[in-house]
Amino acid sequence: MDINLFRGIITAVLLGLFVWLCIWAWSKRRKSSFDAAARLPLEDEPQDKRGPQ
Amino acid sequence: MTTLAVPATLTSSNEAIRQDTYNDKVVKQFAVMTVVWGIVGMAVGALIAAQLYWPELNFGIPWLSYGRLRPLHTNAVIFAFGGSALFATSYHVVQRTCHVRLLSDRLAAFTFWGWQAVIVLAAITLPAGMTSGKEYAELEWPIDLLIAVVWVSYAIVFLGTLVKRRVSHIYVANWFFAAFIITVAVLHIVNSAEIPVSATKSYSIYAGTVDAMVQWWYGHNAVGFFLTAGFLGMMYYFVPKQAGRPVYSYRLSIVHFWALISIYMWAGPHHLHYTTLPDWAQSLGMVFSLILLAPSWGGMINGLMTLSGAWHKLRTDPILKFMVVALSFYGMSTFEGPMMSIKTVNALSHYTDWTIGHVHSGALGWVAMITIACIYSMLPRLVGKTQMWSIRLIDWHFWTTTIGVVLYVASMWIAGVMQGLMWRATNDDGSLTYSFVESLNATYPYYAVRLLGGLMVLGGMIMMAVNVAKTMAGEARTVNVIPEPA
Repeated sequence: MDINLFRGIITAVLLGLFVWLCIWAWSKRRKSSFDAAARLPLEDEPQDKRGPQ
Repeated sequence: MTTLAVPATLTSSNEAIRQDTYNDKVVKQFAVMTVVWGIVGMAVGALIAAQLYWPELNFGIPWLSYGRLRPLHTNAVIFAFGGSALFATSYHVVQRTCHVRLLSDRLAAFTFWGWQAVIVLAAITLPAGMTSGKEYAELEWPIDLLIAVVWVSYAIVFLGTLVKRRVSHIYVANWFFAAFIITVAVLHIVNSAEIPVSATKSYSIYAGTVDAMVQWWYGHNAVGFFLTAGFLGMMYYFVPKQAGRPVYSYRLSIVHFWALISIYMWAGPHHLHYTTLPDWAQSLGMVFSLILLAPSWGGMINGLMTLSGAWHKLRTDPILKFMVVALSFYGMSTFEGPMMSIKTVNALSHYTDWTIGHVHSGALGWVAMITIACIYSMLPRLVGKTQMWSIRLIDWHFWTTTIGVVLYVASMWIAGVMQGLMWRATNDDGSLTYSFVESLNATYPYYAVRLLGGLMVLGGMIMMAVNVAKTMAGEARTVNVIPEPA
């Protein structure tokens, strides 16, 4: 294969991967699990759920 | 309170209890050493800044000479101060966000003592003049071997803890820490490939331009992964924690992570503009550096926007002020970096003090300030207290550091641009307008301002040491119990 064709394909694949990553990250199906993940730093000690002591 | 006072007999022997608690001992050890090495590294920095103003300050003693102390300064602030902070926070964050104790207490203790041994050996060998001469990788081969062993142990402890986590999701901070640990292992081992000729001297296996490219692939990714990804891991845990709100956009943090680590790897050649490195490689480094602006600012915006709705907390919480200013400096230096990587800008900025200003805007403004904030945020919880001994002292620390960094960076910007302009100025007949020593003479006052800025930052670190000592004094024997995952 011509090296420049290979370079072109790699560039297109990486661009496609980036677009797929964005679509995946913003898909509605992922929202609830990401929201739960985002709360992890706030829920790692029992007092966090009870509010300030 | 999660922190329970327990009888000593319970903590030492009962394995079941131990598995239900966090390993805070190693975190505390690294946190204390962060402050200690911060003072040492910045004091050496202040000394060499003073040497640039008063050249006689080396007293003719070889091991006090600038050329030997400069690598001691960089190694101490990057690997001793920054490194200890990364060990402390990564061990803390991975336990809290995975609801599990570290994989192995013994191996974690080995990483602590091993890393301290590396630092002490560096502090002995560098002033003695033992160096492999590679910037930020000066340590000689026996120490390089020790670093590799300690670092692989670190990877085992951190990644092993991730594997045995009790929550399904791996929190984004841990992604950044993991990328930092794995990449630094690869960078260190590849760049330190060297042929020993005696116990204290080795030569790189690479030669010429290839050696330069490997060195700056290492050097730039040390900035990208050691000084950026690792500290972004801190940011993603401690900013939400301190603000009491989840990160602004978890989705953005995922795109931020993958974009940042994919692009950073290729930006190294911008350190070698107008050298024997092939032109296409220089241009590649420049283009990737420019693209790097996007993920960098994505991360900065994500951190800053976490505070939206909580901005009022800045009035009362100096730790949050540290975080916001750190993120602002991160944004400024990640804008400045891509600009300086443009070849025509680099033609003016390279080899001048502008580079020193840029580095310290990142290293003091971003790395040191986010580190300071995270230690202040984390330490009280490790010793069973709700906050640091003195909030007022944190506020003083904040203002001295902020003003000090601004003085430092602004003076080096002015000095650097002036040097660049003086060095390129030519007369009508093509001869140089200024001799080198004329540019040095013009720089002289700015070196005084830089020294003042550096001393202010150092003074702030001493305030921090007092605050840390007072907070830890009278520490109740405490264990932090691991809560059930939500």
